[in-house]
Parts: sequence; structure tokens; C-alpha cells
Amino acid sequence: MSIKILMPALSPTMEEGTLAKWMVKVGDEVKSGDVIAEIETDKATMEVEAVDEGTVEELLVPAGTENVKVNDVIALISGEGGAEPAPTPAKDEPKKDNAPAAAKADAAPAPEPVKTLAPPSIPEGTEFVSMTVREALRDAMAEEMRSDDRVFVMGEEVAQYEGAYKVTQGLLAEFGDRRVVDTPITEHGFAGLGVGAAMSGLRPIVEFMTFNFAMQAIDQIINSAAKTRYMSGGQMSAPIVFRGPNGPASRVGAQHSQDYASWYAHIPGLIVIAPYSAADAKGLLKAAIRNPNPVIFLENEVLYGKSFDVPKLDDYVLPIGKANVMKEGSDVTLVSYSHGLTYCLDAMAALEADGIHAELIDLRTIRPLDIETIITSVKKTNRLVTVEETWPACGIGAEIAARVQAEAFDWLDAPILRVTQKDVPMPYAANLEKLALPNADEVVEAVKTVCYR
Amino acid sequence: MASSKSSPKSTAKPSAKAAASKSTGKAASGRAAKSKSSADFTPEEEMQAYRDMLLIRRFEEKAGQMYGMGLIGGFCHLYIGQEAVVVGMQGAIGEGDQVITGYRDHGHMLACGMDPKGVMSELTGREGGYSRGKGGSMHMFSTDKHFYGGHGIVGAQVPLGTGLAFSNKYRGNDRVCLAYFGDGAANQGQVYESFNMAELWQLPVIYVIENNQYAMGTSIARASAMTNLSKRGDSFNIPGAQVDGMDVRAVRAAGEEAVEFCRSGKGPYILEMKTYRYRGHSMSDPAKYRAKEEVNKMRQEHDPIEQVRVRLLEGKIASEDDLKSIDKEIRAIVADAAEFAQSSPEPDPSELWTDVLASVEG
Repeated sequence: MSIKILMPALSPTMEEGTLAKWMVKVGDEVKSGDVIAEIETDKATMEVEAVDEGTVEELLVPAGTENVKVNDVIALISGEGGAEPAPTPAKDEPKKDNAPAAAKADAAPAPEPVKTLAPPSIPEGTEFVSMTVREALRDAMAEEMRSDDRVFVMGEEVAQYEGAYKVTQGLLAEFGDRRVVDTPITEHGFAGLGVGAAMSGLRPIVEFMTFNFAMQAIDQIINSAAKTRYMSGGQMSAPIVFRGPNGPASRVGAQHSQDYASWYAHIPGLIVIAPYSAADAKGLLKAAIRNPNPVIFLENEVLYGKSFDVPKLDDYVLPIGKANVMKEGSDVTLVSYSHGLTYCLDAMAALEADGIHAELIDLRTIRPLDIETIITSVKKTNRLVTVEETWPACGIGAEIAARVQAEAFDWLDAPILRVTQKDVPMPYAANLEKLALPNADEVVEAVKTVCYR
Repeated sequence: MASSKSSPKSTAKPSAKAAASKSTGKAASGRAAKSKSSADFTPEEEMQAYRDMLLIRRFEEKAGQMYGMGLIGGFCHLYIGQEAVVVGMQGAIGEGDQVITGYRDHGHMLACGMDPKGVMSELTGREGGYSRGKGGSMHMFSTDKHFYGGHGIVGAQVPLGTGLAFSNKYRGNDRVCLAYFGDGAANQGQVYESFNMAELWQLPVIYVIENNQYAMGTSIARASAMTNLSKRGDSFNIPGAQVDGMDVRAVRAAGEEAVEFCRSGKGPYILEMKTYRYRGHSMSDPAKYRAKEEVNKMRQEHDPIEQVRVRLLEGKIASEDDLKSIDKEIRAIVADAAEFAQSSPEPDPSELWTDVLASVEG
């Protein structure tokens, strides 16, 4: 009986990778612990070890193959009699109970993906290159570090390891350990140290491995970084960027899966940015590094590996505080940011099929909030649904709803609805996690409710 | 450096001779002061120290009085009794060296050369204050004088000061940062996070622990498992010394040694200043947690200003009349500051909305 060797995932968010190299050939005997292959993603390389004993029967995927899906069978090993079959991959299991979206998609032909507008402010004829959000962030830092010696990056594993999420790849090699500084695991301390360096005129980029760990440092971020300019009557500032992945990751449980946007958006003296696309990530991170204020730059682990077209310009900098109308529509306004936009885009494809044309706004900057763009859109569509991966209480949607009802009450034809993470700590179990997060169906339902459909 | 290296266990036994006792760290040879022993002040230095300490004393007395009159709001933490620490340390550093401290900060600002009028009118919340009335007692800054605050969260200034030292090293200059904190802050976790990074990266920072024996109302013995704070850097290999913080000469001598150590690229240094505050933690503290006799004993036997006064008179450096006229001069400076702080207008209401964010053009 053959044992199936499956393409492994290096992380819960990995969907595919490159089978870089086979370390065995057909006929080789392998035993548990032997390295049989090397796989790569844009983030890391890892060896695949055998967990069973037997003879390599067949290599199904040639070395060098890219985009091999996680859990595809890549090789067969003839096991000793009685070897257990490999467990069925989780993603193949039917999940009818908890997957209404999938069920619906099966019933009707899959809607066309929504085509979004090209970002404004890019000259006609500009060439675009496809790159991941991860690469765009790295390029933004590298470009700013090249042009300004005051800029340095510090954090856990940013230098030799090249970033826990590989965002600082190549920076140590180019800039050396004076400007790419590995810190001990000491968020409170290095956040404060960064603020002190900023107060004396340097331009630190402080990476938090994830924003969950920034809770250890939040006193320095708020009391030392955000308030200093005001408390000093404008004499001193802390021009610093705190960046790192934020928001729900995948299957990491309550302490590692939280969107902190509304925490920081609450604080006068901070700028809060949460980009979605690679182009925005690049243009806004460059703007953040140049900005004379403390900036919270919320990235998203799930988006790091996604590719987008990025304009090939020498110095692509986007304005802070400007939302982006990603798609124009007439029937309802959808407002979201970061990974929340993925639910909107999926929902819009389904809504288009039903003849509902939504206008989609990517906030990009959470504070200062571009309320004008939202109001302008609401005056056109008369309906508003907000989508976010934070909890509902005192969330970004709550803030938007309060301001829109105050400034555009007469234009609203329906109550403003929010789609949010459920009001519980993030569960670990796959089905519960899925229930806790927003999804495209909830967005569709909210839109239909405000459209009275 | 003062002569005594004898008794590492000696606690605050104020005496001009036994200025500082080293506790720990690297080979002592690496930090022995090669420079002139500066425990002895020249007559001019004695006069200057007297004048500087007296300014702080009189300023704080006036601030206390104005607080009582309702002219100063909120918290007001007076520095009376601890004057020798900042005056001595200021004498040990040079132009461009940075200073950062916690909330008991008026003395540090005056020692840094900040204008008493600007400080006092910040206390009264007026336009003429260093932060235009928007900071208050605990939040004043002067980039001109390299004074980086004035921080109200206990211990937060320690990573910040370590960051100032980081920027010195990053820029390759030879500046040193003095990061002051108290015996209370010495128990904050971020202090040790800072110690670790400062030694790891050999940052030019001197941690000046002003051990005034009470963290608000809790005596050091009730709050600290190990009360010799100069040894708090032991597990990071940071050298430390205990210093008689009531003797301005001992403070400056210890400060000079620490500054030389830091400036030469050997990393951080800890100075534990054994000192005492005469007043309560803040104006609203009646200080019932300690005996009046304890305070009186410190005032009578170890007062930092009185020590210099006696030397000035006994050494015939100054006469009673000379000192009286200095006192008069200082009182006039303080009276001017108080007058300015009351006549300076409150900030314009439009100030409410300014200085939240720097404009991008700025």
C-alpha cells in the first residue's frame, strides 16, 4: 500500500509553494526523519522530512515546479505492509455546516471577480510590476534608508533572520548592523528606546513581530510618542514608525489574532495606516517614514504573500489621510480597510450578479479618517455598510457610523450596518474561527438589508 | 574620584570623604578615574554650586507657596533636599550631553540652565511656559538645553534616555545621556530591559538613581528586595557606585568618573545617589509615613546647601554678607519668575488644537 506524501504548508496562511529540489530519487530507501525535498515560498525555504519508512515509488511533481498547492500529492512511498494511509487533508473535508458561502458558490456559476479602479495619482503610461505586499514593504524601507541616513529599522529578528515574516529580507546585507538592529525580546524597552532616538532626531522604524506584542509597549507608544508634541508645546516630536502584522492571522488563537486599529485610532497624536494592496503598502510606508509624527503602520500577515501591480516609479509616495475609491457604484457604499476588503470584493462579485452595484472605499489611513470621501459616496448611494476585522464595540465602523449620521443624516435611506468580528476572543478551532470572522456572506446580507432586497 | 573604595556595603553615610563606593561590574582598572580628583572644589566652584543649589531651593519653596495659593494646579513634586544631585551631575557633563528625568523635574531644568520664568509659568499653566502651558509640572522640554523632559509615567524615561544614548552612538558623536530615575522607578521592568540593551550595545548612558528613600510613601526597604540600587546592573555587567548624594562634591566626582567611562565607549554606568527629599512626595502628601525627627536630622546634619555654606564661611571664601547678597539675588530671580508666571496670560483658546501633529511641511 502506497503512502502519499503531500505538499506541506510552512505556515497556516501558505496556500502554495515551489518544490525546489528532490533530495531522493525513485528506488531510494527512506526512513523517518530523512530529508526528501526542499520547498520554498517567497518567505522561507524548508526541508520536507519523511515520517514513514519505505521505498520511494514515484515523484509526482518535478523539481522546480512552482505554485504547487498545499496538500497536493507530491510523491508516493511504498510502505511496509500495514503502514497507515496518510491522513486526509483538512481542506478536502466537507464543511457544509459552516460553509454557506461555498455551498452557494456551488449552486450558481462563480461570479466574475470585481475589477477595481487603478489608483489615482499615477501618470498615464506608467509601467506596473507585480510584487507581493511583503516585497513592497521591504522596497519602501530600503528606498527610504538609501536616501536618509537617519532612518534605521529595529526589532526582533529583523536583521540576521531577515524578519519573522521576512519583510526585512536583504536589508542587513545592504545596510549593515548599524541600521538594521536585532533587539532582544523586550518590546516595552525597545519601543521606548526607539521613541528616545526619534526625540533626538533619528527616524526609527520599529518592527513588532506582530502588533499583539505591542501591548507590552503601548505605554511608550501612547504616553511617550503620541503626546510629546502636545505636551512640549510643539517643541519636540517623535517621528517614528511602528510597523508589523496586525489583525487575525490563521489558527493562532486569541492572543495572536486581533485587529488593533481602533485602539490606536483612538489616540490624538498618532497617525494610523492600514494598507491593503502592495502599491498602497509601498507608497504609504514611504510617506510614514518621512512623516514627522509617530505612525502606527498596520500590516496584515494574510496579505503579505499576495501579489499586486505596483507602479514602477522612482519615488512612489502616497498621501496619508486619503481613502481610495476602489470601485465606483451607485447602490450602496462599502467601507473597509486591510484584509477586510477581501470580504467586500468577494461579496461584490455576488452582489453584481444580483444587480446591486456597490461602491467600495478602502480607508487606507484610519487616523486621520477621510470622512469626506465616505460622506461624498454616501450622498450618492444613500446606504452604508462598514466591514472590519475588529470587534464591534467602539470599532472603526462605530466611529464612521457616528460621523456619517451627524454629517449626512438626511442622505441616508437606511440604517448604517456594520460587519465585524464577533464579540468574542478569537477561538482556535477551525470552524469556530471561521464563525468569529466576518465573511462575504455577511457582507452580502448586510448590503441586501440596507437595500431592502 | 573620591578616595574611598573601601566599603561597598556602606549605605548612605553622608560624608564628604567617603564619596562613592563601587559595587560591581568590570575590572575596576577599566574605570578608575585618571583625571584630577575633583572632590575638592575651587572657591569659584563652591560659590557656583551654592548659587545653583540655592536657586533650586528658593524656586521650589516659591512653587510650594504658589501651589498653596491655588496658582499651580494638579501635581507638584518638589525637589527640596536633593539639590546636590543635579547640580553635581551637571558639573560633570559637557555641552551637548543630554538630560532626561521623571516627574520631580524642576531642579533638573534649572540645573540645565532653563529659564526660571519659563519653568514657573509652565507650573501656572500660562502662555510663557516652556510648553506654552500645555505640559505642566511634569512635562517640560528644552531642546536648546538638551533637556528631554519631564516624564510622568514612572520609569518611562529610562528607555527614552537609553534611546537618546543610542542616537549618540548611531551618529558617532561622543555625547553622553544622563537618565535620572528614583528608587521607586528602579523596580519597573522597563528599567532592566534598558539596562540589557544599553550594555549589549555599549550605549553612552549614565543611569542616575536618585534614591531619596521613599517611593511615594513606601520606604525602599518595604519595596525593594535588594536595597543597594548601585548593584542593580550586576546581572547585566554594568558597573555601579553608591554616592553621597547630599554632597555636591562627591556627586560631581562620581559623575566625572562615570562620564569618562561612558564617553570613552565602555557602555553604561549606574550611579546610586543616596539623597533625601524634605517635602512629601507631592504637595498633597503630609508624609506621615516617616518620623519628623528623621527629616529634621537630615536637614540639620546633611543639608546639601548648608554643607557648602559652612565650607564657604570656614574657608573664608565668602563672608556672611556675601552670602546674604547672593541669597537676595536669588530671591529676586525667583520673585521675578513668580511675578512673570502670574502675569503671563493663559494660553489662547486656539492653542487647544495646536501641536497635536506636526504638519508634513514642517
